[in-house]
Amino acid sequence: MNSADRLECRDLACLRGERLVFRKLALSLAGGAALRLVGPNGSGKSSLLRLLAGLGRPAAGTIAWNGADIDGDRDAHRARLLFLGHQDAVKPWLTVAENLEFWSALHGAPAERAVSALERVSLSAQRNLPARFLSQGQRRRLALARFAAIPARLWLLDEPTVGLDEASVSAVEALIAGHCAVGGLAVVSTHLALRLPGEQTLALDGAGAGACAA
Amino acid sequence: MKSAWGGGFGAMLRRDLRLALRQGSDTATVLAFFVIVVSLFPFGVGAEPQTLSAIGAGILWVAALLAALLSLDRLFQADYDDGTIDYLLASPAAPSLIVLAKCAAHWLTTGLPLVILSPLLALLLNMPAAGFPALILGLAIGTPVLTLVGAIGAALVLGARRGGVLLSLLILPLYIPVLIFGVAAVEAAATGRGAAPHLLLLGALCLAALALAPFVAGAALRQAAE
Repeated sequence: MNSADRLECRDLACLRGERLVFRKLALSLAGGAALRLVGPNGSGKSSLLRLLAGLGRPAAGTIAWNGADIDGDRDAHRARLLFLGHQDAVKPWLTVAENLEFWSALHGAPAERAVSALERVSLSAQRNLPARFLSQGQRRRLALARFAAIPARLWLLDEPTVGLDEASVSAVEALIAGHCAVGGLAVVSTHLALRLPGEQTLALDGAGAGACAA
Repeated sequence: MKSAWGGGFGAMLRRDLRLALRQGSDTATVLAFFVIVVSLFPFGVGAEPQTLSAIGAGILWVAALLAALLSLDRLFQADYDDGTIDYLLASPAAPSLIVLAKCAAHWLTTGLPLVILSPLLALLLNMPAAGFPALILGLAIGTPVLTLVGAIGAALVLGARRGGVLLSLLILPLYIPVLIFGVAAVEAAATGRGAAPHLLLLGALCLAALALAPFVAGAALRQAAE
């Protein structure tokens, strides 16, 4: 079933203020594959991920899931995606476990997955530590733990490896590989040479166009 | 798709209550502000019991309004600053339910303590005993309106510089009906005319705010995230 999932964008354009970030952008991604977004700063990687997450609407063009425009049923789209932005959204006054459990409950995910999710990002030892004592890389890993705890078919990750050490970068690669192995889709913006399943790349050139290459 | 509709509300409410308890400062600040503003008046207008008893209800209501406003600019700001709003809006929980849960937590941690504290301050202002039930009931019905209407303003000013000042200008005029009926209820009760009509009108305001404000504030949150 899941391997039939398909994310498609056609003629997508994005305005940020008065500035055209990109236009005529097309991409197509099938279940089981990951798409790497590359491009210089300001070329619209984050803007594209936010559009895909439904945070804002494209100035032109369509985003479709299995052929149906996501504008038609935004609730269903939100229920199938998981988004990681620049910020970690970690509450310093809650413990590591409480932070993750909140997101699990909000998404209606099973609570017991949160325990193994902290193991996946090597934060088990810190589970009862207030999050204000975490380092920047540990906070990023806590934000990434949501992806192990909450089932979703479409992952949208904006610079997931910022502030991470080498071992954690490998853990992120393993997470994404595991997600794609069961038919999930992932769109990842990164400046690192992450090993991603499918090895598709979309290059945004910063001059308003994008080119997709397998 | 999932049970996230109701689950989202409960999770959000629990998280905000837990944060408020851990930090503790919001409730304390609001209550201290309420007490200080109310106790300023006897110094300003003179401590004659007749004067204070005549304007006591007005003082309490205005102080409650200002105290509620004081905490409202933090309602969404912390979640906006650390990126939580983006994740909330990309989650299956409906924005209006998120707003409703945050308002419920805000009222429980600021509005309800105000209601509980108000009889003590009413004593301080020599308010007639007959006015007490109307004051407490009026505040209990009226403070949720302050939170709900304030949430619209708090969502609208997200990302604006000096949002707190802007919020006051935006929201205080909208609080006038609550103030009018709240004070009128106490005065009617104190003079033996019966507070029921005013309290019923406050109740109508409360229900209307409960039905509409979460949707408006939810739409404003989406706007702020774009």
